[in-house]
Amino acid sequence: MQINVNGKNCLIKANTVFDALDELGYTDAKIATAVNETFIPEAARPTHMLCVGDRLEILAPMQGG
Amino acid sequence: MRKFYGVTLKNPLMLGTAQYPSPAILAEAFKTSGASVATVSLRRENGADQDGGQGQAFWSLIRALDVKILPNTAGCHSVKEAVTTAHMAREMFDTNWIKLEVIGNTDTLQPDVFGLVEAAKILTDDGFEVFPYTTEDLSVADRLLNAGCEVLMPWGAPIGSGQGINNPLGLRSLRAHFPDTPLVVDAGIGLPSHAAFAMELGYDAVLLNTAVAKAGDPAQMARAMANAATAGQLAALADPMEPRDMAAPSTPVIGKAFLS
Repeated sequence: MQINVNGKNCLIKANTVFDALDELGYTDAKIATAVNETFIPEAARPTHMLCVGDRLEILAPMQGG
Repeated sequence: MRKFYGVTLKNPLMLGTAQYPSPAILAEAFKTSGASVATVSLRRENGADQDGGQGQAFWSLIRALDVKILPNTAGCHSVKEAVTTAHMAREMFDTNWIKLEVIGNTDTLQPDVFGLVEAAKILTDDGFEVFPYTTEDLSVADRLLNAGCEVLMPWGAPIGSGQGINNPLGLRSLRAHFPDTPLVVDAGIGLPSHAAFAMELGYDAVLLNTAVAKAGDPAQMARAMANAATAGQLAALADPMEPRDMAAPSTPVIGKAFLS
Protein backbone atom coordinates (compact mmCIF):
# COMPACT_ATOMS: atom_id res chain seq x y z
CA MET A 1 0.00 0.00 0.00
CA GLN A 2 1.06 3.56 -0.43
CA ILE A 3 1.82 5.58 2.68
CA ASN A 4 3.85 8.70 3.32
CA VAL A 5 7.15 8.26 5.16
CA ASN A 6 8.89 11.40 6.39
CA GLY A 7 7.17 13.48 3.75
CA LYS A 8 7.76 11.14 0.82
CA ASN A 9 5.32 8.72 -0.79
CA CYS A 10 6.35 5.12 -0.29
CA LEU A 11 5.00 1.72 -1.33
CA ILE A 12 5.21 -0.93 1.39
CA LYS A 13 4.01 -4.47 1.90
CA ALA A 14 3.81 -4.25 5.69
CA ASN A 15 0.58 -3.76 7.56
CA THR A 16 1.92 -2.64 10.92
CA VAL A 17 4.33 0.09 12.01
CA PHE A 18 6.73 -2.54 13.31
CA ASP A 19 6.81 -4.43 10.02
CA ALA A 20 7.06 -1.22 8.01
CA LEU A 21 10.13 -0.17 9.99
CA ASP A 22 11.66 -3.58 9.39
CA GLU A 23 10.87 -3.36 5.68
CA LEU A 24 12.39 0.12 5.47
CA GLY A 25 15.60 -0.96 7.20
CA TYR A 26 15.11 0.50 10.68
CA THR A 27 15.02 -2.78 12.61
CA ASP A 28 17.64 -1.93 15.22
CA ALA A 29 17.75 1.84 14.77
CA LYS A 30 17.35 4.36 17.59
CA ILE A 31 14.15 6.00 16.42
CA ALA A 32 10.77 7.28 17.56
CA THR A 33 7.61 7.05 15.50
CA ALA A 34 4.36 8.86 14.91
CA VAL A 35 1.44 8.11 12.60
CA ASN A 36 -0.82 10.91 11.45
CA GLU A 37 0.74 13.26 14.03
CA THR A 38 0.12 10.85 16.93
CA PHE A 39 3.02 9.32 18.87
CA ILE A 40 3.24 5.54 18.50
CA PRO A 41 5.30 4.11 21.38
CA GLU A 42 7.70 1.30 20.61
CA ALA A 43 5.50 -1.18 22.45
CA ALA A 44 2.53 -0.31 20.23
CA ARG A 45 4.34 -0.65 16.90
CA PRO A 46 3.59 -4.38 16.39
CA THR A 47 -0.14 -3.86 16.81
CA HIS A 48 -0.62 -0.46 15.19
CA MET A 49 -2.16 -1.13 11.78
CA LEU A 50 -1.31 1.14 8.88
CA CYS A 51 -3.87 2.32 6.34
CA VAL A 52 -3.43 3.64 2.81
CA GLY A 53 -2.39 7.27 2.93
CA ASP A 54 -1.13 7.19 6.53
CA ARG A 55 1.68 9.60 7.36
CA LEU A 56 4.49 7.78 9.16
CA GLU A 57 7.12 9.92 10.84
CA ILE A 58 10.43 8.25 11.71
CA LEU A 59 12.56 10.51 13.88
CA ALA A 60 16.13 10.03 15.02
CA PRO A 61 18.47 11.77 17.48
CA MET A 62 19.79 14.98 15.97
CA GLN A 63 21.88 17.96 16.94
CA GLY A 64 20.01 20.57 18.93
CA GLY A 65 20.47 23.74 20.93
CA MET B 1 23.42 24.77 45.50
CA ARG B 2 20.05 24.45 43.77
CA LYS B 3 19.33 21.13 42.12
CA PHE B 4 17.71 20.43 38.79
CA TYR B 5 14.98 17.91 39.55
CA GLY B 6 17.23 16.37 42.17
CA VAL B 7 20.38 16.53 40.08
CA THR B 8 23.41 18.62 41.07
CA LEU B 9 25.31 19.77 38.03
CA LYS B 10 29.08 19.40 38.18
CA ASN B 11 29.47 22.46 35.94
CA PRO B 12 27.09 25.38 35.29
CA LEU B 13 27.51 25.13 31.51
CA MET B 14 24.77 23.50 29.46
CA LEU B 15 25.92 23.17 25.88
CA GLY B 16 24.05 22.66 22.63
CA THR B 17 25.18 20.14 20.05
CA ALA B 18 24.20 21.90 16.79
CA GLN B 19 26.15 23.75 14.10
CA TYR B 20 29.66 22.46 14.90
CA PRO B 21 32.09 22.15 12.00
CA SER B 22 32.42 18.40 12.66
CA PRO B 23 31.43 15.72 15.18
CA ALA B 24 35.03 15.58 16.41
CA ILE B 25 35.02 19.30 17.20
CA LEU B 26 31.71 18.92 19.00
CA ALA B 27 33.20 16.19 21.17
CA GLU B 28 36.31 18.27 21.83
CA ALA B 29 34.16 21.23 22.93
CA PHE B 30 32.45 19.06 25.53
CA LYS B 31 35.73 17.57 26.66
CA THR B 32 37.57 20.86 27.14
CA SER B 33 34.65 22.64 28.80
CA GLY B 34 33.42 19.86 31.06
CA ALA B 35 29.86 20.92 30.18
CA SER B 36 27.42 18.99 32.31
CA VAL B 37 24.40 18.89 30.01
CA ALA B 38 24.00 18.38 26.27
CA THR B 39 20.89 19.55 24.48
CA VAL B 40 19.71 17.38 21.61
CA SER B 41 16.80 17.25 19.23
CA LEU B 42 14.73 14.94 17.07
CA ARG B 43 14.49 15.19 13.34
CA ARG B 44 13.44 12.97 10.47
CA GLU B 45 15.88 10.14 9.91
CA ASN B 46 17.40 10.69 6.50
CA GLY B 47 17.26 7.11 5.42
CA ALA B 48 18.45 3.82 6.79
CA ASP B 49 21.72 2.62 5.37
CA GLN B 50 24.51 0.35 6.45
CA ASP B 51 25.23 2.64 9.40
CA GLY B 52 21.57 3.04 10.22
CA GLY B 53 21.39 6.69 9.14
CA GLN B 54 22.89 9.96 10.26
CA GLY B 55 20.97 10.04 13.52
CA GLN B 56 22.45 6.74 14.66
CA ALA B 57 26.00 8.02 14.32
CA PHE B 58 25.09 11.16 16.25
CA TRP B 59 23.53 9.08 19.01
CA SER B 60 26.74 7.07 19.39
CA LEU B 61 28.70 10.29 19.68
CA ILE B 62 26.38 11.77 22.31
CA ARG B 63 26.37 8.64 24.45
CA ALA B 64 30.15 8.71 24.54
CA LEU B 65 30.13 12.24 26.01
CA ASP B 66 28.84 10.90 29.35
CA VAL B 67 26.76 13.99 30.15
CA LYS B 68 23.12 14.54 31.06
CA ILE B 69 20.92 14.61 27.98
CA LEU B 70 18.34 17.37 27.65
CA PRO B 71 16.15 16.83 24.57
CA ASN B 72 14.35 19.87 23.21
CA THR B 73 11.16 20.60 21.34
CA ALA B 74 12.89 23.20 19.15
CA GLY B 75 10.89 24.46 16.23
CA CYS B 76 7.52 23.51 17.67
CA HIS B 77 4.88 26.21 17.25
CA SER B 78 1.87 24.51 18.80
CA VAL B 79 1.09 22.79 22.07
CA LYS B 80 0.20 19.53 20.34
CA GLU B 81 3.40 19.51 18.32
CA ALA B 82 5.52 20.20 21.39
CA VAL B 83 3.77 17.58 23.52
CA THR B 84 4.03 14.91 20.82
CA THR B 85 7.70 15.72 20.27
CA ALA B 86 8.32 15.50 24.01
CA HIS B 87 6.78 12.02 24.13
CA MET B 88 8.92 10.88 21.23
CA ALA B 89 12.01 12.38 22.89
CA ARG B 90 11.31 10.65 26.21
CA GLU B 91 11.20 7.28 24.54
CA MET B 92 14.18 7.94 22.31
CA PHE B 93 16.53 9.38 24.94
CA ASP B 94 15.13 7.51 27.94
CA THR B 95 14.81 10.62 30.10
CA ASN B 96 12.00 12.60 31.68
CA TRP B 97 13.93 15.82 31.13
CA ILE B 98 12.58 18.00 28.34
CA LYS B 99 13.59 21.49 27.26
CA LEU B 100 10.17 22.78 26.34
CA GLU B 101 10.05 25.28 23.50
CA VAL B 102 6.78 26.54 22.07
CA ILE B 103 7.81 29.21 19.60
CA GLY B 104 5.55 32.19 19.11
CA ASN B 105 7.34 34.26 16.50
CA THR B 106 9.57 33.14 13.66
CA ASP B 107 11.65 36.32 13.56
CA THR B 108 12.50 36.58 17.23
CA LEU B 109 11.95 32.92 18.18
CA GLN B 110 10.41 34.22 21.37
CA PRO B 111 8.32 31.73 23.31
CA ASP B 112 4.54 31.59 23.01
CA VAL B 113 4.14 31.81 26.76
CA PHE B 114 0.45 30.90 26.70
CA GLY B 115 1.11 27.70 24.78
CA LEU B 116 4.18 27.10 26.93
CA VAL B 117 2.18 27.09 30.16
CA GLU B 118 -0.45 24.82 28.63
CA ALA B 119 2.12 22.34 27.32
CA ALA B 120 4.08 22.44 30.58
CA LYS B 121 0.98 21.47 32.53
CA ILE B 122 0.21 18.55 30.20
CA LEU B 123 3.77 17.27 30.37
CA THR B 124 4.37 17.64 34.11
CA ASP B 125 1.09 15.85 34.76
CA ASP B 126 2.48 13.05 32.60
CA GLY B 127 5.68 12.74 34.61
CA PHE B 128 8.01 14.91 32.58
CA GLU B 129 10.59 17.14 34.25
CA VAL B 130 10.15 20.29 32.24
CA PHE B 131 12.80 22.94 31.53
CA PRO B 132 10.65 25.68 29.96
CA TYR B 133 12.27 28.16 27.59
CA THR B 134 10.49 31.31 28.70
CA THR B 135 10.84 35.07 29.11
CA GLU B 136 11.69 36.95 32.29
CA ASP B 137 8.00 37.75 32.86
CA LEU B 138 7.14 37.17 36.53
CA SER B 139 3.51 36.24 35.94
CA VAL B 140 4.45 33.64 33.35
CA ALA B 141 7.09 32.28 35.71
CA ASP B 142 4.47 31.95 38.42
CA ARG B 143 2.14 30.10 36.04
CA LEU B 144 4.90 27.73 34.97
CA LEU B 145 5.76 26.90 38.56
CA ASN B 146 2.08 26.34 39.33
CA ALA B 147 1.94 24.03 36.29
CA GLY B 148 4.58 21.87 37.95
CA CYS B 149 7.84 23.15 36.51
CA GLU B 150 10.71 23.13 39.01
CA VAL B 151 13.18 24.93 36.73
CA LEU B 152 12.83 28.11 34.66
CA MET B 153 14.91 29.04 31.64
CA PRO B 154 14.42 32.69 30.67
CA TRP B 155 16.07 33.98 27.53
CA GLY B 156 19.00 36.37 27.68
CA ALA B 157 18.40 37.56 24.12
CA PRO B 158 16.88 36.03 20.97
CA ILE B 159 18.18 32.55 20.10
CA GLY B 160 21.40 32.65 18.11
CA SER B 161 21.72 36.45 18.34
CA GLY B 162 24.74 36.57 20.65
CA GLN B 163 23.50 39.86 22.10
CA GLY B 164 24.02 38.81 25.70
CA ILE B 165 21.77 39.83 28.57
CA ASN B 166 19.22 42.25 27.10
CA ASN B 167 17.21 42.78 30.25
CA PRO B 168 19.38 42.60 33.38
CA LEU B 169 16.70 44.23 35.49
CA GLY B 170 14.12 41.63 34.46
CA LEU B 171 16.46 38.72 35.11
CA ARG B 172 17.51 40.20 38.47
CA SER B 173 13.87 40.62 39.40
CA LEU B 174 13.11 37.01 38.44
CA ARG B 175 15.98 35.81 40.62
CA ALA B 176 14.75 37.87 43.55
CA HIS B 177 11.14 36.69 43.22
CA PHE B 178 11.97 33.00 43.00
CA PRO B 179 14.98 32.52 45.29
CA ASP B 180 14.56 28.75 45.58
CA THR B 181 13.96 27.93 41.92
CA PRO B 182 16.83 26.77 39.73
CA LEU B 183 17.16 29.37 36.96
CA VAL B 184 19.04 29.04 33.68
CA VAL B 185 19.74 31.81 31.19
CA ASP B 186 18.97 30.12 27.91
CA ALA B 187 19.73 31.74 24.56
CA GLY B 188 21.39 34.92 23.44
CA ILE B 189 24.76 34.50 25.12
CA GLY B 190 27.55 35.43 22.72
CA LEU B 191 30.61 35.96 24.91
CA PRO B 192 32.07 34.56 28.11
CA SER B 193 31.43 37.94 29.78
CA HIS B 194 27.70 37.42 29.12
CA ALA B 195 27.86 34.01 30.77
CA ALA B 196 29.74 35.41 33.77
CA PHE B 197 27.23 38.25 34.11
CA ALA B 198 24.29 35.84 34.04
CA MET B 199 25.90 33.80 36.80
CA GLU B 200 26.77 36.92 38.81
CA LEU B 201 23.04 37.69 38.81
CA GLY B 202 22.65 34.52 40.83
CA TYR B 203 21.57 32.19 38.06
CA ASP B 204 22.34 28.51 38.38
CA ALA B 205 23.49 27.72 34.85
CA VAL B 206 23.73 29.07 31.33
CA LEU B 207 22.63 27.25 28.22
CA LEU B 208 24.25 28.22 24.93
CA ASN B 209 25.15 26.75 21.57
CA THR B 210 25.81 29.14 18.69
CA ALA B 211 28.44 31.20 20.51
CA VAL B 212 30.58 28.09 20.84
CA ALA B 213 29.74 26.25 17.64
CA LYS B 214 30.26 29.29 15.43
CA ALA B 215 33.48 30.46 17.10
CA GLY B 216 36.67 30.07 15.10
CA ASP B 217 37.88 27.62 17.73
CA PRO B 218 34.77 26.04 19.29
CA ALA B 219 36.67 23.94 21.83
CA GLN B 220 38.57 26.94 23.18
CA MET B 221 35.41 29.04 23.31
CA ALA B 222 33.59 26.25 25.14
CA ARG B 223 36.35 26.21 27.74
CA ALA B 224 36.20 30.01 28.03
CA MET B 225 32.44 29.85 28.55
CA ALA B 226 32.79 27.20 31.24
CA ASN B 227 35.48 29.16 33.06
CA ALA B 228 33.44 32.36 32.84
CA ALA B 229 30.29 30.67 34.09
CA THR B 230 32.19 29.14 36.98
CA ALA B 231 33.81 32.50 37.80
CA GLY B 232 30.42 34.19 37.83
CA GLN B 233 28.99 31.47 40.02
CA LEU B 234 31.86 31.79 42.52
CA ALA B 235 31.42 35.57 42.55
CA ALA B 236 27.70 35.30 43.27
CA LEU B 237 28.39 32.89 46.13
CA ALA B 238 31.05 35.27 47.48
CA ASP B 239 28.43 37.99 48.11
CA PRO B 240 29.78 40.86 45.93
CA MET B 241 30.22 44.37 47.32
CA GLU B 242 27.56 46.98 46.70
CA PRO B 243 28.57 49.54 44.04
CA ARG B 244 28.68 53.18 45.14
CA ASP B 245 28.63 56.49 43.33
CA MET B 246 31.64 58.13 44.96
CA ALA B 247 35.23 57.01 45.24
CA ALA B 248 36.44 55.42 48.45
CA PRO B 249 40.19 54.98 48.92
CA SER B 250 41.22 51.42 49.47
CA THR B 251 44.61 52.39 50.89
CA PRO B 252 44.31 53.62 54.50
CA VAL B 253 44.39 57.41 54.88
CA ILE B 254 45.37 57.24 58.55
CA GLY B 255 49.13 57.23 58.94
CA LYS B 256 49.79 58.95 55.66
CA ALA B 257 52.93 61.12 55.86
CA PHE B 258 52.53 64.84 55.71
CA LEU B 259 54.74 65.68 52.75
CA SER B 260 53.06 68.57 50.94
